[in-house]
Amino acid sequence: MVAHALAEAVTYPAVGASLDVERISHAFDIDGSVLPVLDDVNFSVKPGEFIALLGPSGCGKSTLLRLVAGLEAPRSGVLREDGDPVTGPFPSRVVVFQDPTLFPWRTVWNNVALGLEAQGILKSQRQRVDAALDLVGLSQFRNAYPHQLSGGMAQRVALARALVNDPKILILDEPLGKLDSLTRITMQAEIVALWQRKGFTTLLVTHDVEEALFLANRVIVFSDRPARIKADIAVDRPYPRHRGDPRLAELRRNILGLLGLDATW
Amino acid sequence: MSTYSASKTVALAQSAEEGAALSGRPLSLAVSFPAGGTGVFASLAWVGFGISCLWWPDIGDWTRTHQLAAAAFVIAGAIFLATVAGSRLGRFNAGLQRRAPWLLVSALFLTLWEAATAKFGWLPLPFFPPPQSIIEVYTDDLPKLLDSIIASVKLQLGGYVIGATVGFLTGVSIGWSRSVGYWVHPVLRFIGPLPATAWLPIAFFTFPSSWSASTFLIALATGFPVTVLTWSGVASVSNSYYDVARTLGAKPSFLVLKVAIPAALPHVFVGLFMGLGSSFAVLVVAEMIGVKAGLGWYLQWAQGWAAYANMYAALIVMSLLCSGAITLLFRTRDRLLIWQKGVVKW
Repeated sequence: MVAHALAEAVTYPAVGASLDVERISHAFDIDGSVLPVLDDVNFSVKPGEFIALLGPSGCGKSTLLRLVAGLEAPRSGVLREDGDPVTGPFPSRVVVFQDPTLFPWRTVWNNVALGLEAQGILKSQRQRVDAALDLVGLSQFRNAYPHQLSGGMAQRVALARALVNDPKILILDEPLGKLDSLTRITMQAEIVALWQRKGFTTLLVTHDVEEALFLANRVIVFSDRPARIKADIAVDRPYPRHRGDPRLAELRRNILGLLGLDATW
Repeated sequence: MSTYSASKTVALAQSAEEGAALSGRPLSLAVSFPAGGTGVFASLAWVGFGISCLWWPDIGDWTRTHQLAAAAFVIAGAIFLATVAGSRLGRFNAGLQRRAPWLLVSALFLTLWEAATAKFGWLPLPFFPPPQSIIEVYTDDLPKLLDSIIASVKLQLGGYVIGATVGFLTGVSIGWSRSVGYWVHPVLRFIGPLPATAWLPIAFFTFPSSWSASTFLIALATGFPVTVLTWSGVASVSNSYYDVARTLGAKPSFLVLKVAIPAALPHVFVGLFMGLGSSFAVLVVAEMIGVKAGLGWYLQWAQGWAAYANMYAALIVMSLLCSGAITLLFRTRDRLLIWQKGVVKW
């Protein structure tokens, strides 16, 4: 295990919430048989930390995010946001999904306004929508419809739609998974900048080891389904990070080894 | 920002705004003629039609032959002037250019019709009346025709609005609530596929007036397709839309009104379109059988008197009304569903 002490020495802004994942197990019923997806997952996240969840495809990482978001309830175990149990969706925990899932019948501005509108506070808080669009650099596209946007722009709108709620925990479910590699690199840097500026706690599911190491304070590696925690690795490098950093390369080799993919390294 | 094709997206946005301009693109057929050439030919064809009215004597007794010829000359002159005025008329000229081939062909058709009926009797009279006798109907029988139009529009509109509203609400309820679906779905399956006209005899007995019976039948014919399509629209809304809205703090009412219904609207409009078609059929049948007013009744009445020109005149009006109703529906859809790309232009 890598030095935890270093990661703990970093101070976080107070906006983010802490998250405790306490002995979570979950399963799906598929045609009468029970398919376990999460097995006794246990970890906690400090306010403002950036955690990456890595694991083989289909291992249950995204399910864990749905549980954190409150979209489903776990079979056993408790999730706590700032010590209070999670019982359902709440705008303090917002998800950015792999697909932007913008509402095609709404303009960019109205998509970003969705959360405030749903909470009934849009009328008095319209400037927050403008600010969120500014934040992702899409103010000129406020009146465009989603089908007029490129994939990267759509995902930025989705990001703005999440950030406009000033979330305490931002949940990113492979948000860059479907973007081209150049757009990905740009947006990775943007996500770090937003996180540093806003101070929310971030939970990122990704398949990309490099992405996890470039973005996160901690990388939690999961086993194959049902997912168990294999390793909890602190990434003890300051931001902004360098992709060519030899320390990151070393961590990457470790992680690929944990996933059984180190043969080519 | 530089990694995104901003200019391309702006261009796309513009092309969406100018969506109407797409349909304004002239046909390649019209383009192949020299500018204005088709307009001149169309004008000549209308002159020809006018002459054909006057050249040969009528084989029957029609009072509007000269007026028809005069109207043809006026139209010919108008087309000619507009063609000569050319680009000074701006958008109107573009519209004329686009329609010139149609103006040309319709003049040829009218000439042929005139010759085949009023002049040489190739088609048997009185079943195939000449154009001037239809004009005669429009001028001499106007009050009765107008009354019929008003009666039909009132009946159709009332039934359609009721049917569409009930169908939409039912569709949303079935699509949204499992328990409503449990009770309503079997009823819908049992009653829906039955042609609304099959209810005619019963409806005319059980309803207090033939007007209310017909309203019910039109509503029924409209309601079934609207219900089914709204239901399928609501049922096919992707769960991820609901997930997104829920994580942003949406309550169930928000999920119905702001997620399910807007997402289902394209389906709803297909249902409204289908309902409109089948309600026209019911309207005409109901008017022919029970209601003592309306265009269907006018048709029936004209047939009773062997007034074939009146029938054609009423048919033309009916077709314009039905087509107009569908145009109105499509315009409404285009306004509401501006966010969709590639919708059919009616």
